[in-house]
Amino acid sequence: MNAAPLLEIEGLVVRYRTGRRTPPVVACDGVDLSIDAGEIAGLVGESGSGKSTVAAAVLGLAPVAAGTIRFRGEDITHVSGARRRALAQHVQVVFQDPFGSLSPRRTVGQTLSEPLEVHRRLGRAERAARASAMLERVGLSATAVDRRPAELSGGQRQRVAIARALILEPELIVCDEALSALDLSVQAQVLNLLQELQRDLGVSYLFIAHDMAVVRHLARRVTVMRRGVVVERGDAQQLWDAPQHPYTRALLAAIPDPDPAAQRRRRQAREPGTTDDLPRAQAR
Amino acid sequence: MIGAALRRPALTVALGFLVLVTIACVGAPLWVPTDPLQQDLGAILQPPSSAHLLGTDGLGRDVLSRLASGGRVTLLGALEAVVVFLALGVPLGLLAGYHAGRFDTVTTRVAEVLLSVPAIIFLLVVVAVFPASQLATMITLGVLGTPNVFRVVRGSARAASQELYVRAAQTVGLTSGQVLRRHIAPALSGPIIVQTSLFAATAVMTDSALAFLGFSVQPPQPSWGGMIAEASAVIDADPWLLVPPGVLIALVVLALGILGDGVRDLAARSVASVERPRRRPRRAAPAAPRAPGPSAGPPALLSLHGVTVAFPAPHGEVTVVRDVALDVCEGQAVGIVGESGCGKSVVARAVLGLLPGGARLTDGSIRFDGRELAGRSERELGRVLGAHGRELARRSERELGRVRGAQIGFVPQDPIATLDPAFTVGQQLTEVVRRHRGGSRPGARARAVALLAMVDLPDPEQVVRRYPHQLSGGMAQRVGIALALAGEPKLLIADEPTTALDMTVQAEVLGLLRDLRERLGMAIVLITHDWGVLADVCDDAVVMYAGEVVEVAPVQSLFAASLHPYTRALIASNPLLARAGEPLPAIPGQVPAPGAWPAGCHFVPRCPLAVPACSGELVALGGPGGAHRTRCLRHEELAPR
Amino acid sequence: MVRFATRWLVTSLLLLLFVSAFTFVLVSLIPGDAARSILGQSGSREQYLQLRQQLGLDDALPAQYWHWLHGAVQGDVGSSITSGEPVGSMLSGRIGVTLSLVASSVVVAGGLGVALGVAGALRGGWIGRAIDVLSLAGLALPSFWLGLVLVAIFAVKLGWLPATGYTPLGDSPVDWLRSLVLPAVTMGVGCAAVIAKQTRDAMRETLAKDYIFALRARGVSERSVIYRHALKNAAIPVTTVLGLVVAGLFSATVLVEQVFALPGLGSLAVQATADHDLPVIEALVLFFTAMVTTVNLLVDLAYVRLNPKVRAA
Repeated sequence: MNAAPLLEIEGLVVRYRTGRRTPPVVACDGVDLSIDAGEIAGLVGESGSGKSTVAAAVLGLAPVAAGTIRFRGEDITHVSGARRRALAQHVQVVFQDPFGSLSPRRTVGQTLSEPLEVHRRLGRAERAARASAMLERVGLSATAVDRRPAELSGGQRQRVAIARALILEPELIVCDEALSALDLSVQAQVLNLLQELQRDLGVSYLFIAHDMAVVRHLARRVTVMRRGVVVERGDAQQLWDAPQHPYTRALLAAIPDPDPAAQRRRRQAREPGTTDDLPRAQAR
Repeated sequence: MIGAALRRPALTVALGFLVLVTIACVGAPLWVPTDPLQQDLGAILQPPSSAHLLGTDGLGRDVLSRLASGGRVTLLGALEAVVVFLALGVPLGLLAGYHAGRFDTVTTRVAEVLLSVPAIIFLLVVVAVFPASQLATMITLGVLGTPNVFRVVRGSARAASQELYVRAAQTVGLTSGQVLRRHIAPALSGPIIVQTSLFAATAVMTDSALAFLGFSVQPPQPSWGGMIAEASAVIDADPWLLVPPGVLIALVVLALGILGDGVRDLAARSVASVERPRRRPRRAAPAAPRAPGPSAGPPALLSLHGVTVAFPAPHGEVTVVRDVALDVCEGQAVGIVGESGCGKSVVARAVLGLLPGGARLTDGSIRFDGRELAGRSERELGRVLGAHGRELARRSERELGRVRGAQIGFVPQDPIATLDPAFTVGQQLTEVVRRHRGGSRPGARARAVALLAMVDLPDPEQVVRRYPHQLSGGMAQRVGIALALAGEPKLLIADEPTTALDMTVQAEVLGLLRDLRERLGMAIVLITHDWGVLADVCDDAVVMYAGEVVEVAPVQSLFAASLHPYTRALIASNPLLARAGEPLPAIPGQVPAPGAWPAGCHFVPRCPLAVPACSGELVALGGPGGAHRTRCLRHEELAPR
Repeated sequence: MVRFATRWLVTSLLLLLFVSAFTFVLVSLIPGDAARSILGQSGSREQYLQLRQQLGLDDALPAQYWHWLHGAVQGDVGSSITSGEPVGSMLSGRIGVTLSLVASSVVVAGGLGVALGVAGALRGGWIGRAIDVLSLAGLALPSFWLGLVLVAIFAVKLGWLPATGYTPLGDSPVDWLRSLVLPAVTMGVGCAAVIAKQTRDAMRETLAKDYIFALRARGVSERSVIYRHALKNAAIPVTTVLGLVVAGLFSATVLVEQVFALPGLGSLAVQATADHDLPVIEALVLFFTAMVTTVNLLVDLAYVRLNPKVRAA
């Protein structure tokens, strides 16, 4: 018996106006996606694929022209400002840029307390206690509460961003390229952290990335997007082993393998003709 | 911010001066020695004396007293203008910047219109309508000046509202008002203070100008501008009278200007890190050239030995890269791989002789094609100080300039930001071709088109006419490669050439690099953090960690049997090689920053194999020797049995 | 391009209409009226009423404005209240002086400002700081005061240059130049300071950009890097400041012409204000506004020419 999905996106169309004379850019053209409770769902694509636009639409930051987004059965596509703010307790986000997503003028403690100030009626001591607890949960020491983002490394800042996302105990966290700006060794640490939190807290992720290897490691189901359209979806491991759509195949073939011998083989398999199926990236 | 402000002398002096003048003028009736209106026709045009510290004017009135009383009028007027200026400009700017849309477009248009109105003329009209009413003119001035603060506030509000942390705050669920108050307003205090002090300066000047023309308070009331007008009438007899009011106005305006500038500098410094670009990149001589060790095999095209680079820091210098050794033979492809902060880009810059301002090569030698690029000994230059020494330095700089681009090509990381936005692709290519190969313009242009074709750009004739902002990332990077090839270099240094590109485009560009290397027999130094990229292009690799080379090996050996714990751990933590769902074997801890390097091996705090000996003396790059070298004392335990 | 020109035309016309209407309204608020000012205390009531009718002061305000606008479009902007001379010919007689002054000031300000700005950006250390200080000082000196000081030194003390007065170009080019030196320097110095500061800031910012580093890495000569690439890119923000500076110069003529007794439009404005000579004031407001919008147009055109991102769009 399948429970209703936590998040359901149907036929999402998002258009951005770029000027009075030019036609609008269609960032998403009929996207379907669903996430169950406690699931990590991956969304993969290159730049211009529309994956970040899907994230923005879920968070209410994009102009939705058509389609519906349902969260726990409720239609949240065009909700009022007050309802959207209330939804913040259930849907949170971790952005790509660990440097930009934390206000440079506020301490870590202030940034973490802010969601609690807005949504819960808690005293200052209680808020501070929760902030410290959450910091330790994400692998930072509680002394970080008084530091400013400039004093932390990229990995540490991203952990703070994750802590901020978790502090309201949401059901869904949108990870918009949350690992892409991190070094390899840090990426591995944060990846492990995300997995661990998901297991312990049962929170769902909409994990958006351009790196298929990472997504395969983390997610159960994957959706592949290209130029605003979904080209393939399915079980992550299956997609990895046997991609159906030529674009997915090209995407996977393009990932370089650190094993030089394996990489040579892949190159030889790829070069004679496989990418010729696709038109060369059009120059603008 | 106050604390930081007080640490800058110019700012403190300016602020102090302004406070002093304000108090002196506002409190004028309390302390002036003489009534400013009192005439003494027996003592006109007196030079400064003990009775009259600044002398007397044409009617025997005390200049100092008049100056102080006149200041009240001027400062009051400036205050009126500033109040109007802020009351209108700040709220409107805030709303326009944060809520873009119709309100924004309308107010911006109105602001543009207001800026086009010639201020003084308009003020003259107001003067004609409301004669001798300083309030009317100052209010008008305030309104006319509003667009300046409006634009700045709007710009800052707009920029702040697009910052990621504001989006994050919105997602957390704050209302617009809360976002404005907590996150946007604090970013504005700096710009507002700057604009206000600049405008206050304008207001003081304008009020004085109107008084000079006789359109402000009427005589015998003193005013600074009026005093200048009176002085101009007796300029033949006593030019000194010009000095007190003029100098005072100038000093007040200057102080306000310094205040504005100072606050702007402070605001910029508090958020960003200090970036002090020098006009010309400098290259200082190292202490002594290290004799390169006996080399086995063919002579290297590029050879680094013991290269150490230091950057300027608040207290002295900090070493960023230490004891780097690197050898690249003709036609060889060597990768420098490491995470951010390991110093790999610094090494590239050192080879090019383009270290950022203040940084210098403190040790080591860089040899290219038999010539020493960097190793002029201090002793050598010291013996020939002065002009000849400068000549030597200039000659070595010129030599480097000849090498750069012509023998060593460079492909930078961000493809579009590294192309001059004001020139077409063709113009930039032609310039580089002519610089290195000479020739006529049409010849160079033909070569430019040929280069673009060489990098697999479709329709080169079209691309040649384009500007950088009209190119996609992949195209721009191919142009970057073409530019690097223009001088037909023997060595190509590529600094993370594909990091900013999509994965599919990356594969193509890497293929292009491989292809070019085969066709042209070029050596390549590829700097990357991606092990897959390394495996795709390079034969040999140099692994860097925290400013040091920790391992040197052919790529195959590196991957199959690394002899350094860091390399091993890093390769193991790649999700491509891990099993889905299981935690990755991640390296605990984080990279030590330059200046905070542990003694001995830099990897000790995070290394599973660390023993006390590792934290002792600096570990040398040794190992089994030959092609595979490592900086780990315990490498034998890592070797395959 | 056509779209650009029409937009400028529309904006300028609207601006002129707005400014003239606003001035008209303001002027109508003056207590007492023009007729009374002309006649003074002496005129009889009959003369007064007759003059009122003559000047059209009995009509409603919008009708008066319309009447004035009608005339203005045809080139007739009324006659001076004080002298009775047609305003149009008053203006045309003095335009030459003001334009000569502004043009020579632009040359001084532009040449000096750009040179100092580039030098300040390239040389660090004390030269850069000296330029910083000079720029601030140049901005701080009131133009009318500086003019008087220059007169005190070069005209009164040394006698090298004339203190006041203007010689038309036609009469004697040398004297024309001599009469302009001090006024042009006076006006130019403050503006040179602004331009120097802006140029220096723009150059420094440009020289810190990634593509400058890339150009050097590609072996482009240092001279080309600075004078071809950096300067061209830095010219873009400097051009916008140039527009504001020239607009400011027009305003400054009011003061400087007064100090040096130059018979230009600026000194006419001061005189007309003192005399409450409204037709003259209105015409001058219109003229100066038109000058500023023209300068804005030229600046916008230059900006489009320099900035490929806007041009290619």
